[in-house]
Amino acid sequence: MTAYLKLDHIDKIFTRGAATTEVLKDINLTIEKGEYVSIIGHSGCGKSTLLNIIAGLTGVSTGGVLLENREVNSPGPDRAVVFQNHSLLPWLTVFENVKLGVDKVFARTKTRAEREAWVMHNLNLVQMAHAKDKRPSEISGGMKQRVGIARALAMEPKVLLLDEPFGALDALTRAHLQDSVMALHQKLGNTILMITHDVDEAVLLSDRIVMMTNGPSARIGEVLDVPLARPRKRLELASNATYLKCRQRVLEFLYERHRFVEAA
Amino acid sequence: MNMPVKKIGAEGVAPSAGATAPVVAMTPKRPPLAETYARMARETAVRVIPPLVVLALLMLVWELICRRAGSTLPPPSKVFKDTKELILDPFFDHGGIDKGLFWHLSASLQRVAYGYSIAAVVGIALGTLVGQSVWAMRGLDPLFQVLRTIPPLAWLPLSLAAFRDGQPSAIFVIFITSVWPIIINTAVGIRNIPQDYRNVAAVVQLNPLEFFGKIMIPAAAPYIFTGLRIGIGLSWLAIVAAEMLIGGVGIGFFIWDAWNSSHISEIILALFYVGIIGFVLDRLIAGLGRFVTHGTAQN
Ligand SMILES: Nc1ncnc2c1ncn2[C@@H]1O[C@H](COP(=O)(O)OP(=O)(O)OP(=O)(O)O)[C@@H](O)[C@H]1O
Ligand SMILES: [Mg+2]
Repeated sequence: MTAYLKLDHIDKIFTRGAATTEVLKDINLTIEKGEYVSIIGHSGCGKSTLLNIIAGLTGVSTGGVLLENREVNSPGPDRAVVFQNHSLLPWLTVFENVKLGVDKVFARTKTRAEREAWVMHNLNLVQMAHAKDKRPSEISGGMKQRVGIARALAMEPKVLLLDEPFGALDALTRAHLQDSVMALHQKLGNTILMITHDVDEAVLLSDRIVMMTNGPSARIGEVLDVPLARPRKRLELASNATYLKCRQRVLEFLYERHRFVEAA
Repeated sequence: MNMPVKKIGAEGVAPSAGATAPVVAMTPKRPPLAETYARMARETAVRVIPPLVVLALLMLVWELICRRAGSTLPPPSKVFKDTKELILDPFFDHGGIDKGLFWHLSASLQRVAYGYSIAAVVGIALGTLVGQSVWAMRGLDPLFQVLRTIPPLAWLPLSLAAFRDGQPSAIFVIFITSVWPIIINTAVGIRNIPQDYRNVAAVVQLNPLEFFGKIMIPAAAPYIFTGLRIGIGLSWLAIVAAEMLIGGVGIGFFIWDAWNSSHISEIILALFYVGIIGFVLDRLIAGLGRFVTHGTAQN
């Protein structure tokens, strides 16, 4: 297996004054180019912490993150993040929000007109071109998340990091967005790492599912391959034996072997 | 594939309503013109008439109280009679300090403009520093908390000693009066910038200057404008008092001069102008704030 993104013996300990909490313990994972990997685990186990470490927003205590065999330890557009709460800048329009990243990443390589065309291209990919002059407060939650995805995609990241991208959405909107992300992955072949706590979402979208044990000192408990052919159709999968088996495995892991303990 | 379905979810418009939607959408946007004007007139009347009624009543009471013989203050009718020339010709200039009210007011406004502009720039810069850096806050905040309680006029003798001239001293007093609320509010605004926005800036790799211009200032703008608005009010309060002491052209000295020559009516007229201009300045900054932060305030 060729490692594109490699998490190498990552430990994370938070220290506040004299109190220390070990959140992550010995995390090892390799991800191939073009793979879609989901991380699933109970609330508070350290999923966001792990994603922030990969994004470079949080430092590791020991270990390291390697992207194409180079260590990365500061944030950058090669690991663009779609945040859980969209994090669009409310004083900029949809177009300007996407343009902010594009202007920085392609400052030298694209002309102004090319950059603007590239912004529109990415808004088209997520079907948000019609709202380009709206402000984030004027569009719905699902639309904001689409713009967040466009903003990340437009930076042409090597790895796209999604932190519970559909967590705050209703079931219908969530399904539409999952389909959109699947279609984008199919079309562009991005490497994607997604955090979720929705079992169906993990099985439907991923090539592999990384299951984390409960914190403190969360580890990777199990990695499950999802051998389903793409493109996947949610309606056909509902009765697919492989799909059901994968789903069962994840459910067993989460609810039998690593039940959520209140105030762990 | 999900195009038509997406429309339902994202825009909440059922396909069957598509044909009628434009009609429905347009009705509230374009009511008959006459109706619009009528409503605008009604709204204006509701706002303007009550204060006018109260003003008229107050004038009447004032007139009745002060018209008696031996009254120390003139009634409004006398004020108007005494100051008619000043009201009708605010632009005369007989040299020295014998000028129309326009010149006095514009001299005062000019001092405020200088002092306040410096305060805005310095205040936003220092506020950003204090809001952004824990060490700057620990070092500077106690100092600011003590200095800001010093009354504006207490600075005047010191600045006269330092500058040896009325004009820069007055400007300094304006500056030192209005800078504190700007610093403190800016610092609070900067400290309250959500971590999410900082993360976005970090992923995009904005440099410090871009971060300041594209994230910090817009994100903190509502707080900054609160500070700016308090600041303009304080500077207008301070200038009148400061000018009474430093002399020269200016509305403050005009009032002092009128008092020394027992022209009580002129004092009353000047107070009227001071109030109106203070009100306009406040509204100006508030309006500017609303215009600049229209995206930030509501989220
Ligand atoms: N800056 C910090 N300082 C101290 N502890 C922290 C910090 N950030 C996170 N933690 C702790 O690390 C643990 C993991 O947090 P994290 O946000 O990664 O969980 P999560 O798996 O993303 O949960 P959720 O599914 O609810 O988002 C929590 O117990 C949290 O209290
Ligand atoms: Mg989280």
